[in-house]
Amino acid sequence: MKYISAFFRFWWDFIVGDDWRVAAGLAVALALTWVLEHHGVSAWWLLPLAVGLLLAESVRREARASS
Amino acid sequence: MSSNILLFLTTFVASAVEAVEALTIVLAVGVVRGWRSTLIGVGAASIVLAGIVAVLGPALRLIPIGTLRFVVGALLLAFGLQWLRKAILRASGYKPLHDEGAAFAREHEKAGSASPAAPKRLDWYSFTVAFKGVLLEGLEVTFIVVTFGSTQGRLALAAAAGAAAVVVVVAVGLVVRGPLERVPENTLKFVVGVLLTSFGIFWGGEGAGVEWPGGDVAILGVIAFLGLLSIGLTRLLRQRRTAPAPAAARA
Repeated sequence: MKYISAFFRFWWDFIVGDDWRVAAGLAVALALTWVLEHHGVSAWWLLPLAVGLLLAESVRREARASS
Repeated sequence: MSSNILLFLTTFVASAVEAVEALTIVLAVGVVRGWRSTLIGVGAASIVLAGIVAVLGPALRLIPIGTLRFVVGALLLAFGLQWLRKAILRASGYKPLHDEGAAFAREHEKAGSASPAAPKRLDWYSFTVAFKGVLLEGLEVTFIVVTFGSTQGRLALAAAAGAAAVVVVVAVGLVVRGPLERVPENTLKFVVGVLLTSFGIFWGGEGAGVEWPGGDVAILGVIAFLGLLSIGLTRLLRQRRTAPAPAAARA
């Protein structure tokens, strides 16, 4: 049991890390890009924009919490 | 050609950063408790890692390239963004800088206080710490090598870059005979964070059906955008940190 929980903890830390909101935001942005592209809408701009906003919001939140 | 160079450099630098961290752990344990069990731990972890590459590499080739790029892009995005986020917080002073000297001292102290092993028997403390350190840091190297290599169809090139990084770091470690404190690890992590996240955006987008304006050259635009944004965020946070609080400013 200890090894199974350590295994899942490793992958959680590896993929999700300290801020689950960033991982959730990325999942939504990727899904939205897929949906738009499969409905004929060019969505190349969506991922860079989403990543920029998620990154800015995440570091802002962390900085505010630690100051 | 240029994408091969970019792939080699990204894999090399990312692998070197992880190799520096693994080397610090191995050196601290080896110096305090002896090299035999430590090196057996390193060897065992290396065999496990080689096995993972040998299994995952060919297995990933069976997955359709669109699906592979989507999954790999998503993973790289999540993974790279964590590096970049931490690098920005470190560069702006909101997180302490990663210090290999301090990490070495911590491991050194822990290894010294653990109970000694019987002579001529395997020292399980040294074995476990070296095995775990090399395996965990090595898994990140393996992840980068396998994802970059399989997505671009250049697994051999990515593996060569990863191996070259490990060889260079170990060689320098042997010459220096100590933790590699002078490696600008935090700067390298910043650069690697930008590169991993950019490749994540690019491949994740392609996997989702995006046709990038300008084709493959768009990756350079993504890197430039993310690099400038990260530098901007670092400067902004640094200014905010050093600016006096409103109440203090009025006093």
